[in-house]
Amino acid sequence: MAAQSTIEQPERTTAPAGATASATRRPGGAGTGLLRFARNTWRPAAVLVAILLVWWVVTAAELVKPYLVPSPGTTLDVVLAQPGYFTHHTWITTYETVLGFAIAILVGVLSAVVMVYSPTVEKSLYPLLLFAQVIPKIAIAPLFIVWLGFGLSPKVVVAVLMAFFPIVISTVTGLKSIDPEMLQLSATMGAGPAQTFRKIRFPAALPHLFAGLKVAATMAVTGAVVGEFVGANEGLGYVILQANGNLDTPTLFAGLIIMSLLGVILFVVVELLEYLVMPWHASRRTDAATTTM
Amino acid sequence: MTVGNTTTQRSADATATGAAVDIDEVAVRFRTKKKDVTALRDVSVRIEPGEFVAIVGASGCGKSTLLKLVSGLLRPSSGQVRLHGEDVRGPRRDIGYVFQRAALLEWRTARRNILLQAEMRGMPKAQARQRADELIAMTGLTGFEDAYPNELSGGMQQRVALCRALLHRPPVLLMDEPFGALDALTREQMNVELRRIWRETGTTVLLVTHSIAEAVYLANRVIVMTPRPGTVAEVIDVDLPVERDYGQTMSAPEFARATGRIRDLLGATTTAE
Repeated sequence: MAAQSTIEQPERTTAPAGATASATRRPGGAGTGLLRFARNTWRPAAVLVAILLVWWVVTAAELVKPYLVPSPGTTLDVVLAQPGYFTHHTWITTYETVLGFAIAILVGVLSAVVMVYSPTVEKSLYPLLLFAQVIPKIAIAPLFIVWLGFGLSPKVVVAVLMAFFPIVISTVTGLKSIDPEMLQLSATMGAGPAQTFRKIRFPAALPHLFAGLKVAATMAVTGAVVGEFVGANEGLGYVILQANGNLDTPTLFAGLIIMSLLGVILFVVVELLEYLVMPWHASRRTDAATTTM
Repeated sequence: MTVGNTTTQRSADATATGAAVDIDEVAVRFRTKKKDVTALRDVSVRIEPGEFVAIVGASGCGKSTLLKLVSGLLRPSSGQVRLHGEDVRGPRRDIGYVFQRAALLEWRTARRNILLQAEMRGMPKAQARQRADELIAMTGLTGFEDAYPNELSGGMQQRVALCRALLHRPPVLLMDEPFGALDALTREQMNVELRRIWRETGTTVLLVTHSIAEAVYLANRVIVMTPRPGTVAEVIDVDLPVERDYGQTMSAPEFARATGRIRDLLGATTTAE
């Protein structure tokens, strides 16, 4: 025992400073995480305020005609004048976006798994996937209206189509970038493919998957709105189209801002989820002094 | 290839009959697009239970391939590999494997990385935890059980990998340049510890290494391999006492003789014959 401790002594000093301290800090990491989140968000918030300020100055000084660019006040008034109207249409678009996003995750991850485990499926499916991706969604959206009618389903389908691709690509990349030695090790442990997938391969792919999800979240919003542009009687896309037709720029601006907020919120939700699912990854990222927000 | 070393008689598993590892006239050929590459040819090695055997050779001579054959991760093109008298047909569960990189799961703490072995094998939980605690104490990881891999130094990570490989008490431990990525000082400490752990566990160890000193200090026998296509050039019996103090061993005449001979075999192949 004495000999052992003399051996390990220098090793301890070479271990990263505070290794044990950070290990014990970990369970209570959520609070500090939120604090860190706040610390990271004030900068973009300040930029946002600055943009609002410029917008206000430009319109207040009447540098542009009010019917081209409404003031922030007018835009806010439009929303406050008909809160029910905006809430309803925002809800519709949110519903289409989130549903489309959820379906895209399910289908995307599943097809990525199948493709990684079966080269035959990958070879036959990949070109099709690429084809589905490069085709302009705005061009095929009318077809979905013809097929599925004016309801919510064509919008959801377009949202799925937009969000699907980044999820598949990132999941395939994640699942393939597994250390081959890890798989060999798993084989010597007597683990079956399902066990290896659940305990090693899938968790290892999560950082890639979440990168794809973040891109997909913003795409899903675009998809839903594109679907609404082509043919709808509700939703933010419909609101914008209507406002545009009536040269009602305050409503147009309000719709645009709400739509952007929707995308941002969805993105932030995914990012929070990422932090909750992979605290190990998030902590490593901040250790490296890189932040995403 | 008889073994005249007394240390091999202290084998823990007396139940095992015959050799722990028996490699018989094995050859491995890889077929690439352009040509066939022979990685190994005419390799015959017999390792008794409880032995510590090191394999040294130039890069690409098929040392790692040899370990993959024993573990069943790779099948020989010809010849036979037997583990405790059984033909190796697929990946073997009755071995422990340590790679050059620790290959730890970064979302698991040190302890849970070690316990991965138990989860995959469906070992009883209480028994696995107790064994993990034993190994953590044995390898000096106490105090670091709940640290994540990115919070551990390279040496500590490799200890975790070693614990994971030993959790299920494998009769044979395969180590593929386990200390190759460590700094010289940490490497020496790990050598001393591995020697002690080997003596405490009584496992048969097959160690691939680039370090001649490491091979001679740790092993009872050193297999020296020729460059590709790899085959056994010579097997060196290391006539050092069982109790090996690191400093004393380094300056022992027998150590100088063994390392000198290996260096001759590896370096000056033109003058060696």
